Order: sequence, then C-alpha cells, then structure tokens
Amino acid sequence: MKTILSIVCAITLMSPYLHAAETYEIGQKDKDFTKKELTIKKGDTVKFKNLDPFFHNVFSLSDAKFFDLGSFPQGESKEVVFDETGEVEVECAIHPNMRMTIKVEE
Amino acid sequence: MKNPLKTALIFALCSVLQTSLVTAVQFKDMVFKAGHPSLQNWILPAVPMPKDNISTQASISLGKILFFDTRLSGDGNMSCASCHNPLFGWSDGLPTAKGHKSKVLARANPVITNTAFNSLQMWDGRKKTLEDQASGPLMSGDEMAVNLPVLIAFLNNNKQYTDMFAKAYPGQEINITTIAKALASFERTIISDNSPFDQWVKGDKKAMTTQQISGFKLFSNPDKGNCEVCHSAPNFTDNGFNNVGLASFGDKDADMGRYVQKPIGLMKGAFKTPTLRDITLSAPYFHDGSSNTLLEVVEHYRIGGIIKDNLSPNLKALTLSQAEMNDIVAFMEALTTKQEPFTLPIIPLSH
Repeated sequence: MKTILSIVCAITLMSPYLHAAETYEIGQKDKDFTKKELTIKKGDTVKFKNLDPFFHNVFSLSDAKFFDLGSFPQGESKEVVFDETGEVEVECAIHPNMRMTIKVEE
Repeated sequence: MKNPLKTALIFALCSVLQTSLVTAVQFKDMVFKAGHPSLQNWILPAVPMPKDNISTQASISLGKILFFDTRLSGDGNMSCASCHNPLFGWSDGLPTAKGHKSKVLARANPVITNTAFNSLQMWDGRKKTLEDQASGPLMSGDEMAVNLPVLIAFLNNNKQYTDMFAKAYPGQEINITTIAKALASFERTIISDNSPFDQWVKGDKKAMTTQQISGFKLFSNPDKGNCEVCHSAPNFTDNGFNNVGLASFGDKDADMGRYVQKPIGLMKGAFKTPTLRDITLSAPYFHDGSSNTLLEVVEHYRIGGIIKDNLSPNLKALTLSQAEMNDIVAFMEALTTKQEPFTLPIIPLSH
C-alpha cells in the first residue's frame, strides 16, 4: 500500500514534467502565417505547411531556436522541434512581411 | 457566366483587401474586365503614415525644400534630388548611383515613387521606414557625406529654416530626427495611383488597349509571365527578396544583397522587388542597372535568368512568344500616371 501511495505521489509531483510532446500546424497562406502568435511547450513540434501556389521559406535567427528550412512549394511542409524555452521570431526570407512569434514554455 | 455568389464573395473580400497590402485573389478567380470586383485589390489604399509623423502642409513644404537643398551634403553639391531626380522618374537614369565626389556605387538609385507603401526600404531592406531611410544617405560617407553637427548649425542659423521647422515640428529641435521626418513627409507625396491601369480597374473600359489587357493576363498568369508572383497588388511589389539570376551575381565579389541583413542561404544575391508603377520613367532597370528596356527585362525572365546559382525558387523559364512579351511590356507602359509639371521649391538662401 505504501509503495502504491509513493508511486501516486511521485506521478502527481512529476506531472508538469510528463508533458506529451504535441505537433502544431501553421499554414503559409496569402503571403502570411496563419497565426501571428503560438505558445507551445518545450519539446513540441511545429509543422509549417505552404498553402500558397508559390514557394515560401521558413527561418529563425532567434537564440532560442536557430533554423532555416530552405524553400518549399505548395502542399509541402517541414517540421521543427523546439527544444529550448524562449521566444522565437519566425520569418519567411522571401516575404519579410511574413512574421510570427512562437513562445516556448517549460 | 461567373457564379454571382462567387463574384459577390470576391467583391467582399476585395473590399477588405483594399485596406491592407495583401494579395489574395488567385489568377483563376480574376476576371479581366474593366472595373470587375475581382480586380479591386489593385487600387492603392490611402498613404500610410506613422503616428508620430502625420504629414502636414508645413512638414511637406519643409521636406520638399530640404530634399532639393544641395547644402545637405558634405561638399554642398548634392541633394536628395541629385539621385532621386524628378526629371528621371525620381531616380537618375544611371546604371548605378554616383555618390560623394562622383564615386560609382554598387547599386542603382531606387525610385522614391510609392515608397510610402513599402514595408522595408533600400534594395536590401536594411531600413524599415522612410524616416529611417532618409538619414542614411545623408550621413553615408559614400553618398552625401554630410557633417551632421555642421548641418544642424547651418539650419539653426538660417531664419527661414528655423521658422519652417518651428511650424512643421513645434517644440522640437532641429536634429536628424526632424530632418528625416520632414524628408519622409515630402516623399509620401510622390505617389503614382492614377495610371491608365488604375482608371481601367476603376471601370474606364477605354483606359487600356486590348494589347495591354492581354499583357495584364499574361503578367498575372503563373504559367505565362508569372510576374505577379512578386509584383503583386496593389503596389506591384510584395516587398519581397529574390535572386533573379542577373549576370552580375556571377562576378567575383558579387553583391550579396539581402544576405548581409538576413544570413539565410536563399538571400545571397537577393534584392527587393521594386514597384512597377511609373516604371517607364526610370530606366535602366534592376538593382545593377543591367537592362536598358522593359523588353530586355521580360527577356531576362523568359530565359529564367542568366546566373542560376541560388536562383529564387519562384523564378522559372517562361514560355512566351515575342508577341506575348510585347503585350507584357505594353501592359507595364499602362502603369505610368500622367506626369504633371513639377514645381521646384525656392531654397532659403538668407541667414
């Protein structure tokens, strides 16, 4: 009985750390991202999908996540795992008016 | 026959779009008839202004005088208008600019026509607003090379200037901020929004020729001219950056363009998409001034660029006949607003 109680307590205490990673989808539509802000948990994935009939790029030069997904055409998508907390400014290099912020929380 | 509900929806969508700079009407939904609702997103909105620099007659007048005053340069022989000259469509007619002591610079002088609508300024987008941009060339050693403290003292010792600054920016000092604000106010008056194309979009069936309408279709069709992919509504630019495969990108020490601002591989040799409004007035074309005519520009795109290393993914070789290229050029010729005589300001000489 004592053992079971200990396990239950441990799970309860650790629950904030047992977040199952999720995947969020952000579209690229009409030369804009479909969301301007997104809050996710550390370890989550964001999938960027191009919905426009021409190429887009996705990149970030932020300290919390530095990446360049190159360019990809309509219908294709690319994913990024956000493994550090912080604020990530995401842009399209071809279309600089396309900007969004991803807040990565613990 | 178009579906009336779809037409109504496009019209509603365009009404919303007119207040923004977003293009959302796809080629398949465009109806190439004068005044059609599907084309209304090409009408320019009101000129946007920052809240801390709403134009007034006083700020515009001051900005116009400053813009033409050669004493804003280190040698006292260059004004903003030396490079952005109304005689040359607000550029200078040269392949690339000539700066301080006639030093030949790497890039063409961009026009200031409709820069009020740009979300980024300069060929590489390194300046965000017209206010930010206006101070750049003034103080660049390669361009106007002004000694700022000397300029501020000069303006403060000229009663006409101090009166004009006091009227335009009451309670504010004469400094680089108020100088730049005034210049930006004037630049926001250089607008092209009443071309034959604009008149046709607003419903004047006779404003464009049959050839020009054909050219517009080819311009917008992604499988033909594919021009609208970057030169989009309403200002014929999406403010984007592309390497368009110019021969100069093959040069040793080629200009890296936007890459210096955003070190993303795709941006090597990429430059900002210029507006095409009043484009007939500002040859030569491209950031390196390498094309003398609009037909040469279209031919460059027809072959899909010359240097294909790092070419923008949105560029592709085009299937266009000579007649079709001529149609696209004819369409671009319809983007120039009829020019009215421009009145030069009187420069305040007295001290």
